[in-house]
Amino acid sequence: MKRNAFMGGRIRNWIAAAILALGALAPAAASAQTLLNVSYDPTRELYDAINAAFVADWRAKTGQAIRVNQAHGGSGAQARAVIDGLAADVVTLALAYDVDAIAARGLIAADWQKRLPHNSAPYTSTIVFLVKRGNPKGIKDWGDLIKPGVQVITPNPKTSGGARWNYLAAWAWAKRQPNGSDATAKSFVQALYKNVPVLDTGARGSTVTFAQRGIGDVLLAWENEAFRAINEFGREKFEIVVPTISILAEPSISVVDRNVDRRRTRALAEAYLNFLYTPDAQAIIAANHYRPREPQYAKPADIAQFPKLELLTVDQEFGGWAKVQTTHFADRGVFDQIYTPGAR
Amino acid sequence: MLALRRPSVLPGFGPTLGFALLYLSLIVLIPLAGLFVRSAELGVEGFFAAVSTPRALAAFRLTFGASLLAALVNAFFGLLLAWVLTRYRFPGRRVIDGLVDLPFALPTAVAGIALATLYAPNGWIGSVLDKVGLKIAYTPTGVFVALVFISLPFVVRTIQPVLQDLEPEIEEASASLGADRWQTWRFVVFPVLLPPLLTGFALAFARALGEYGSVIFIAGNLPGLSEIVPLLIFIQLEQYQYANAAAIAAVMLVASFILLLLINVLQRWTAKRHGDE
Amino acid sequence: MAMTTPTLQAPPALATTTEPPAVRRGLIAGALAFIALFLVMPLAVVLAEALRRGVGTYFEAITEPYTLAAVKLTLIAAAVAVPLNLVFGLTAAWAIAKFEFRGKSLLITLIDLPFSVSPVIAGLIYTLMFGAQGWVGPWLIEHDVRIIFALPGIVLATVFVTFPFVARELIPLMQDQGTDEEEAAALLGASGWQIFFRVTLPNVKWALLYGVLLCNARAMGEFGAVAVVSGHIRGVTNTMPLHIEILYNEYKFAASFAVASLLALLAVVTLVAKVLLEWRFGHELAHNRGR
Repeated sequence: MKRNAFMGGRIRNWIAAAILALGALAPAAASAQTLLNVSYDPTRELYDAINAAFVADWRAKTGQAIRVNQAHGGSGAQARAVIDGLAADVVTLALAYDVDAIAARGLIAADWQKRLPHNSAPYTSTIVFLVKRGNPKGIKDWGDLIKPGVQVITPNPKTSGGARWNYLAAWAWAKRQPNGSDATAKSFVQALYKNVPVLDTGARGSTVTFAQRGIGDVLLAWENEAFRAINEFGREKFEIVVPTISILAEPSISVVDRNVDRRRTRALAEAYLNFLYTPDAQAIIAANHYRPREPQYAKPADIAQFPKLELLTVDQEFGGWAKVQTTHFADRGVFDQIYTPGAR
Repeated sequence: MLALRRPSVLPGFGPTLGFALLYLSLIVLIPLAGLFVRSAELGVEGFFAAVSTPRALAAFRLTFGASLLAALVNAFFGLLLAWVLTRYRFPGRRVIDGLVDLPFALPTAVAGIALATLYAPNGWIGSVLDKVGLKIAYTPTGVFVALVFISLPFVVRTIQPVLQDLEPEIEEASASLGADRWQTWRFVVFPVLLPPLLTGFALAFARALGEYGSVIFIAGNLPGLSEIVPLLIFIQLEQYQYANAAAIAAVMLVASFILLLLINVLQRWTAKRHGDE
Repeated sequence: MAMTTPTLQAPPALATTTEPPAVRRGLIAGALAFIALFLVMPLAVVLAEALRRGVGTYFEAITEPYTLAAVKLTLIAAAVAVPLNLVFGLTAAWAIAKFEFRGKSLLITLIDLPFSVSPVIAGLIYTLMFGAQGWVGPWLIEHDVRIIFALPGIVLATVFVTFPFVARELIPLMQDQGTDEEEAAALLGASGWQIFFRVTLPNVKWALLYGVLLCNARAMGEFGAVAVVSGHIRGVTNTMPLHIEILYNEYKFAASFAVASLLALLAVVTLVAKVLLEWRFGHELAHNRGR
């Protein structure tokens, strides 16, 4: 900011005045201790609410004023930013694999998933279908998605965490069908992606494509995103279809050890993550359409919104994220084979 | 280089060239060199493997193909626009002349969102085209539309000054020798406009190759179908494949460099030819 | 608006040097249709969407704290990047236009390069340099110097993307003008600075101003390169284009287009300024070019 000694006097004065005027209005980056939570796309509203509650709670307990900064983006992109040096104190990402990727570069202890209750996932979600009101294409379960003439909207699993859950849920369903095998699952998923006209880079992009642009007949979405889309765009426009089987999505959280040790924010960062397991936070989580780990703390009305369905876990069905990644999403993995020219 | 310059009475060659080179090196050359160093990690075989996957090849085809097509369309309409704006007088001419620079000044993300809103099946233009069964947004055609938008000013802006300088006496002479208007245009005017047309075309092409912000909003981004090279680089990065990303970027960089070098050689050649006349 | 500038105007066209009226009208119609489809409609859609929820929502959106923080960051980035590229543009144009030396084509090409390099690549190269996995990144982090995911990285990406704008505007004009005036001044005993400020600068001031305006508009609007190096921290490292994307992804479409309309407005102001410059000083520009 102090480098611009080159500018002519008049322009400089003008710009300085403009900056001062704006500076007075912009949020004060005062000397309060700050925490940076690097998160994925759909959690914006959740962490807006959580942060307000945590800041109030911290002030009540310690008398200190703090500020929690948020960064949102595709889960993989966010993990890469942390690896490249984004000074996150905590990460709250869409899947364990992205936290593992940061841990593999030594920024987070390898045993991170054991440090907090419930696999370091204070809330879960699943994958459901969002369709137009009245369900004109009569979509009831995964099998309906590969019918001719049905257009499916889902983001690119290479860049979106949510899209990986979509993909895995479809695969798991196909494999559980009578005579199901890896081969039938692969051809099912291949047929499914043949019906995908747009592959956005993130979950939010797909929701916009489906809800705002009116492309496609069904959106594969995080359950919390499906609820939010209905709230945003109107109950008269969309409805949720719950498949028979889906996947238990466990968005993972961790302190970024190297950053909190350098910035001396470990105590605050750990308090922040522990706060997510408190009754207050669990209630906020349910109110934002994520499934809380401790449903007894949430409002019964919020819990009643979650339909019952069979939820499979990545560990049981696929033998863990490391395996999923190399088999399905790595370069030349199953997903790439689906999109190899000629296979379409 | 210093020793190879022609003597001049003007001062300041050393310091200005020195500063320009230093700044150029720090901001552009050294960081770009990093791309090659990083992709060299792959070795020769790895490098070729990274840039010749079916997916990368499809992305190269789409990016080069759509850019070429967009540049061609702009060559045609750019020539038309430049002609109309310099030769004819009509209401609103100045406003339109100013508008031509809009794609330079409008942020690419804004352009992308605006184009997607326009060309989606429920948008102003998209809804009309949808009725006749044409789909633009979320298809490779969407890529082309975005590229036409962002590379629109180049041909207009390179032809305009030449057209302004073109003396009417030549056309009069041609007409007085019995050529009709089309012959005059084809054999007298067009040859003069050809070099700037080529320059503008190549500039538009070069600019379109690198475009990212506006395209991702309107392309369907399907691998092998509507995925452009800059998006592929971005996706490789997301997967922590730094060397692969650098390798693909290096190929694009070399292509851009060769194109730009051609343009500048062409321009110097044109300038020299003009000087001889 | 059909004002004509006498100096730029060709002499009254003879029937033999212009097209039949029907052809003329057809060509004009074609050009107008193309402009309407590709330029006017996108601009109109931005404004229409921005005002869809009314003026109240519009002003709420552009005075919201996160928006103001983004505006502030964007202004700071442009306030650093534009003067840097201005100084570079002037020095490079001086060296290239006033002297003959080997390798000039190569140098001009290298200056043009950022113009066609993908913004994603621009972001990538600074990540490879200054990222924690890069060459100098680990050392920087040890010494608590932040380049990427902070203001310096955003400024660097902006400088890179707008690198050629001023230089490209100046070089052809200064080459056209030649060196006669400067040489005369030098022979009369003027110093280098005197020549520059009294002879060269007045000759190029309008081109320079236009180059700066374009450079500024592009600097404020850069998306791809900044997206890679920003880290997307709300209220801290989000520039206006990034903020537009965020609002868009939060389904706040009207707010998103409202912020976008600020940048579109900047683009329009830039273009109006240019038209005014040409209209008011067109004869000067033309005069200079004629020499």
